[in-house]
Amino acid sequence: MGKDTTLERYGSKTTAIGRVRGLGSAHGGAHHWLLQRLTAIGNLLLVTFLVVSMALLPAYDYAAMAGWVSQPLVATALALLVINVFWHARLGLQVVIEDYVHTSGNKFAALALLNIVAIGGGAFALASIARLAFAGAA
Amino acid sequence: MADRPLSPHLSIWKWGPHMLVSILHRVTGSGMATVGLGVLVWWLGALAAGPEAYEGFAAVMESPIGILVLIGVSWAFFNHMSSGLRHFVMDIGAGFEIERNKTGALAVIASGVILTVVFWAVVFLK
Repeated sequence: MGKDTTLERYGSKTTAIGRVRGLGSAHGGAHHWLLQRLTAIGNLLLVTFLVVSMALLPAYDYAAMAGWVSQPLVATALALLVINVFWHARLGLQVVIEDYVHTSGNKFAALALLNIVAIGGGAFALASIARLAFAGAA
Repeated sequence: MADRPLSPHLSIWKWGPHMLVSILHRVTGSGMATVGLGVLVWWLGALAAGPEAYEGFAAVMESPIGILVLIGVSWAFFNHMSSGLRHFVMDIGAGFEIERNKTGALAVIASGVILTVVFWAVVFLK
Protein backbone atom coordinates (compact mmCIF):
# COMPACT_ATOMS: atom_id res chain seq x y z
CA MET A 1 0.00 0.00 0.00
CA GLY A 2 1.01 3.58 -0.39
CA LYS A 3 3.13 3.32 -3.53
CA ASP A 4 0.43 4.72 -5.80
CA THR A 5 2.31 7.00 -8.13
CA THR A 6 4.88 6.09 -10.74
CA LEU A 7 7.36 8.28 -8.90
CA GLU A 8 6.81 6.37 -5.66
CA ARG A 9 7.05 2.97 -7.36
CA TYR A 10 10.03 3.56 -9.59
CA GLY A 11 11.69 6.68 -8.22
CA SER A 12 12.79 9.66 -10.26
CA LYS A 13 13.83 9.06 -13.86
CA THR A 14 17.02 10.91 -13.02
CA THR A 15 19.58 8.28 -12.01
CA ALA A 16 22.17 8.92 -9.32
CA ILE A 17 24.97 9.15 -11.89
CA GLY A 18 22.72 11.36 -14.06
CA ARG A 19 22.28 13.77 -11.16
CA VAL A 20 26.02 13.90 -10.65
CA ARG A 21 26.60 14.62 -14.34
CA GLY A 22 23.72 17.05 -14.57
CA LEU A 23 21.90 14.83 -17.08
CA GLY A 24 18.42 13.35 -16.89
CA SER A 25 14.99 14.86 -17.29
CA ALA A 26 14.61 18.63 -17.14
CA HIS A 27 10.99 18.04 -15.99
CA GLY A 28 9.80 20.59 -18.54
CA GLY A 29 8.62 18.10 -21.16
CA ALA A 30 4.95 17.94 -20.19
CA HIS A 31 4.68 21.73 -20.17
CA HIS A 32 6.31 21.97 -23.62
CA TRP A 33 4.06 19.18 -24.95
CA LEU A 34 0.91 20.86 -23.63
CA LEU A 35 1.86 24.30 -25.00
CA GLN A 36 2.49 22.72 -28.40
CA ARG A 37 -1.08 21.36 -28.34
CA LEU A 38 -2.66 24.57 -27.02
CA THR A 39 -0.96 26.69 -29.66
CA ALA A 40 -1.93 24.06 -32.26
CA ILE A 41 -5.60 24.64 -31.40
CA GLY A 42 -5.06 28.38 -31.77
CA ASN A 43 -3.36 27.84 -35.13
CA LEU A 44 -6.21 25.65 -36.31
CA LEU A 45 -8.63 28.54 -35.76
CA LEU A 46 -6.45 31.51 -36.71
CA VAL A 47 -4.57 30.16 -39.73
CA THR A 48 -7.80 28.68 -41.08
CA PHE A 49 -9.27 32.20 -40.77
CA LEU A 50 -6.33 33.62 -42.75
CA VAL A 51 -6.39 30.90 -45.41
CA VAL A 52 -10.16 31.07 -45.96
CA SER A 53 -10.02 34.88 -46.06
CA MET A 54 -7.18 34.75 -48.61
CA ALA A 55 -9.16 32.36 -50.79
CA LEU A 56 -12.29 34.53 -50.66
CA LEU A 57 -10.88 38.10 -50.77
CA PRO A 58 -11.73 39.75 -54.10
CA ALA A 59 -8.27 41.22 -54.86
CA TYR A 60 -4.66 41.07 -53.66
CA ASP A 61 -3.48 44.59 -54.55
CA TYR A 62 -2.17 47.06 -51.96
CA ALA A 63 -5.45 48.89 -51.35
CA ALA A 64 -7.44 45.68 -50.89
CA MET A 65 -4.86 44.02 -48.62
CA ALA A 66 -4.04 47.10 -46.49
CA GLY A 67 -7.74 47.90 -46.16
CA TRP A 68 -8.50 44.38 -45.05
CA VAL A 69 -5.62 44.13 -42.52
CA SER A 70 -6.44 47.53 -40.99
CA GLN A 71 -9.96 46.51 -39.94
CA PRO A 72 -10.01 46.17 -36.13
CA LEU A 73 -11.26 42.57 -36.03
CA VAL A 74 -8.89 41.43 -38.77
CA ALA A 75 -5.93 43.23 -37.18
CA THR A 76 -6.75 41.59 -33.84
CA ALA A 77 -7.01 38.13 -35.40
CA LEU A 78 -3.74 38.62 -37.30
CA ALA A 79 -1.95 39.87 -34.17
CA LEU A 80 -3.13 36.79 -32.28
CA LEU A 81 -2.13 34.64 -35.25
CA VAL A 82 1.39 36.09 -35.28
CA ILE A 83 1.90 35.46 -31.55
CA ASN A 84 0.42 31.97 -31.73
CA VAL A 85 2.18 30.87 -34.92
CA PHE A 86 5.60 32.17 -33.88
CA TRP A 87 5.18 30.51 -30.48
CA HIS A 88 4.17 27.18 -32.04
CA ALA A 89 7.02 27.40 -34.59
CA ARG A 90 9.54 28.19 -31.85
CA LEU A 91 8.42 25.16 -29.84
CA GLY A 92 8.54 22.92 -32.92
CA LEU A 93 11.95 24.05 -34.16
CA GLN A 94 13.28 23.70 -30.61
CA VAL A 95 12.47 19.98 -30.74
CA VAL A 96 14.03 19.66 -34.20
CA ILE A 97 17.23 21.34 -32.97
CA GLU A 98 17.32 19.19 -29.84
CA ASP A 99 16.93 16.07 -32.00
CA TYR A 100 19.66 16.83 -34.52
CA VAL A 101 22.18 19.14 -32.83
CA HIS A 102 23.96 17.15 -30.15
CA THR A 103 27.03 19.22 -29.35
CA SER A 104 25.99 21.29 -26.36
CA GLY A 105 27.68 24.52 -27.52
CA ASN A 106 26.13 24.32 -30.98
CA LYS A 107 22.76 23.39 -29.49
CA PHE A 108 22.86 26.40 -27.18
CA ALA A 109 23.81 28.69 -30.09
CA ALA A 110 21.06 27.26 -32.32
CA LEU A 111 18.41 27.65 -29.60
CA ALA A 112 19.58 31.19 -28.85
CA LEU A 113 19.38 32.07 -32.55
CA LEU A 114 15.92 30.48 -32.74
CA ASN A 115 14.71 32.66 -29.86
CA ILE A 116 16.10 35.81 -31.45
CA VAL A 117 14.55 35.09 -34.85
CA ALA A 118 11.18 33.96 -33.46
CA ILE A 119 10.78 36.88 -31.06
CA GLY A 120 12.27 39.42 -33.48
CA GLY A 121 10.16 38.23 -36.43
CA GLY A 122 7.02 38.15 -34.33
CA ALA A 123 7.65 41.63 -32.94
CA PHE A 124 8.23 43.05 -36.43
CA ALA A 125 5.02 41.43 -37.70
CA LEU A 126 3.06 42.84 -34.74
CA ALA A 127 4.51 46.32 -35.27
CA SER A 128 3.54 46.12 -38.97
CA ILE A 129 -0.04 45.13 -38.12
CA ALA A 130 -0.23 47.89 -35.52
CA ARG A 131 0.94 50.51 -38.02
CA LEU A 132 -1.74 49.45 -40.51
CA ALA A 133 -4.44 49.21 -37.85
CA PHE A 134 -3.71 52.57 -36.22
CA ALA A 135 -3.27 54.34 -39.55
CA GLY A 136 -6.75 53.25 -40.57
CA ALA A 137 -7.72 52.09 -44.06
CA ALA A 138 -5.34 53.35 -46.74
CA MET B 1 25.56 9.96 -24.43
CA ALA B 2 27.56 7.39 -26.41
CA ASP B 3 27.01 4.48 -24.00
CA ARG B 4 23.25 4.85 -23.75
CA PRO B 5 21.08 2.15 -25.39
CA LEU B 6 19.83 3.16 -28.86
CA SER B 7 16.77 1.98 -30.74
CA PRO B 8 17.44 0.35 -34.14
CA HIS B 9 18.13 2.95 -36.81
CA LEU B 10 15.76 4.00 -39.60
CA SER B 11 17.21 1.63 -42.18
CA ILE B 12 15.80 -1.58 -40.68
CA TRP B 13 12.13 -0.54 -40.75
CA LYS B 14 9.79 -1.32 -43.64
CA TRP B 15 8.37 1.98 -44.91
CA GLY B 16 4.65 2.61 -44.38
CA PRO B 17 2.32 5.61 -44.78
CA HIS B 18 2.48 6.36 -41.03
CA MET B 19 6.23 6.91 -41.32
CA LEU B 20 5.78 9.19 -44.31
CA VAL B 21 3.15 11.22 -42.43
CA SER B 22 5.39 11.46 -39.39
CA ILE B 23 8.38 12.82 -41.29
CA LEU B 24 6.16 15.06 -43.44
CA HIS B 25 4.75 16.60 -40.24
CA ARG B 26 8.27 17.62 -39.26
CA VAL B 27 9.26 18.69 -42.79
CA THR B 28 6.12 20.77 -43.38
CA GLY B 29 6.36 22.30 -39.90
CA SER B 30 10.01 23.24 -40.36
CA GLY B 31 9.25 24.56 -43.86
CA MET B 32 6.40 26.76 -42.64
CA ALA B 33 8.44 27.97 -39.65
CA THR B 34 11.15 29.19 -42.03
CA VAL B 35 9.79 29.89 -45.54
CA GLY B 36 6.13 30.35 -44.50
CA LEU B 37 6.87 32.78 -41.67
CA GLY B 38 9.30 34.60 -43.97
CA VAL B 39 6.50 35.18 -46.47
CA LEU B 40 4.07 36.21 -43.69
CA VAL B 41 6.51 38.72 -42.18
CA TRP B 42 7.46 40.09 -45.61
CA TRP B 43 3.78 40.45 -46.53
CA LEU B 44 2.93 42.37 -43.34
CA GLY B 45 6.14 44.43 -43.40
CA ALA B 46 5.62 45.40 -47.06
CA LEU B 47 2.01 46.39 -46.38
CA ALA B 48 3.10 48.54 -43.43
CA ALA B 49 5.91 50.14 -45.46
CA GLY B 50 3.51 51.31 -48.17
CA PRO B 51 2.40 50.75 -51.76
CA GLU B 52 5.90 50.75 -53.31
CA ALA B 53 7.27 48.10 -50.97
CA TYR B 54 4.12 46.05 -51.51
CA GLU B 55 4.62 46.23 -55.28
CA GLY B 56 8.00 44.55 -54.80
CA PHE B 57 6.52 41.82 -52.63
CA ALA B 58 3.59 41.23 -54.99
CA ALA B 59 5.87 41.08 -58.07
CA VAL B 60 7.88 38.26 -56.49
CA MET B 61 4.81 36.37 -55.25
CA GLU B 62 3.05 36.62 -58.62
CA SER B 63 6.08 35.28 -60.50
CA PRO B 64 6.10 31.54 -61.33
CA ILE B 65 8.62 30.84 -58.56
CA GLY B 66 6.57 32.90 -56.10
CA ILE B 67 3.40 31.00 -56.98
CA LEU B 68 5.30 27.72 -56.57
CA VAL B 69 6.50 28.81 -53.11
CA LEU B 70 2.98 29.84 -52.12
CA ILE B 71 1.55 26.53 -53.36
CA GLY B 72 4.25 24.73 -51.38
CA VAL B 73 3.51 26.72 -48.21
CA SER B 74 -0.25 26.16 -48.60
CA TRP B 75 0.28 22.39 -49.07
CA ALA B 76 2.60 22.41 -46.04
CA PHE B 77 -0.16 24.06 -43.99
CA PHE B 78 -2.95 21.72 -45.11
CA ASN B 79 -0.76 18.65 -44.67
CA HIS B 80 0.52 19.78 -41.26
CA MET B 81 -3.02 20.66 -40.14
CA SER B 82 -4.30 17.25 -41.23
CA SER B 83 -1.50 15.33 -39.50
CA GLY B 84 -1.86 17.63 -36.49
CA LEU B 85 -5.52 16.64 -36.19
CA ARG B 86 -4.39 12.99 -36.44
CA HIS B 87 -1.99 13.70 -33.58
CA PHE B 88 -4.92 14.90 -31.45
CA VAL B 89 -6.70 11.60 -32.13
CA MET B 90 -3.60 9.62 -31.16
CA ASP B 91 -3.08 11.86 -28.10
CA ILE B 92 -6.30 10.46 -26.62
CA GLY B 93 -4.97 6.95 -27.27
CA ALA B 94 -7.14 6.17 -30.29
CA GLY B 95 -6.25 4.97 -33.79
CA PHE B 96 -3.18 2.85 -33.02
CA GLU B 97 -4.56 -0.40 -34.49
CA ILE B 98 -2.43 -1.22 -37.55
CA GLU B 99 -5.16 -0.97 -40.19
CA ARG B 100 -6.84 2.11 -38.71
CA ASN B 101 -3.49 3.81 -38.24
CA LYS B 102 -2.58 3.13 -41.86
CA THR B 103 -5.97 4.38 -43.09
CA GLY B 104 -5.60 7.56 -41.02
CA ALA B 105 -2.12 8.18 -42.41
CA LEU B 106 -3.33 7.76 -46.00
CA ALA B 107 -6.30 10.06 -45.24
CA VAL B 108 -3.88 12.73 -44.00
CA ILE B 109 -1.85 12.60 -47.23
CA ALA B 110 -5.01 12.74 -49.35
CA SER B 111 -6.53 15.55 -47.26
CA GLY B 112 -3.40 17.70 -47.58
CA VAL B 113 -3.41 17.42 -51.37
CA ILE B 114 -7.19 17.82 -51.80
CA LEU B 115 -7.41 20.93 -49.58
CA THR B 116 -4.48 22.49 -51.46
CA VAL B 117 -6.20 21.87 -54.81
CA VAL B 118 -9.51 23.26 -53.50
CA PHE B 119 -7.78 26.38 -52.11
CA TRP B 120 -6.03 27.23 -55.39
CA ALA B 121 -9.13 26.38 -57.41
CA VAL B 122 -11.04 28.99 -55.38
CA VAL B 123 -8.22 31.54 -55.79
CA PHE B 124 -7.85 31.10 -59.54
CA LEU B 125 -11.46 30.45 -60.53
CA LYS B 126 -13.35 33.05 -58.48
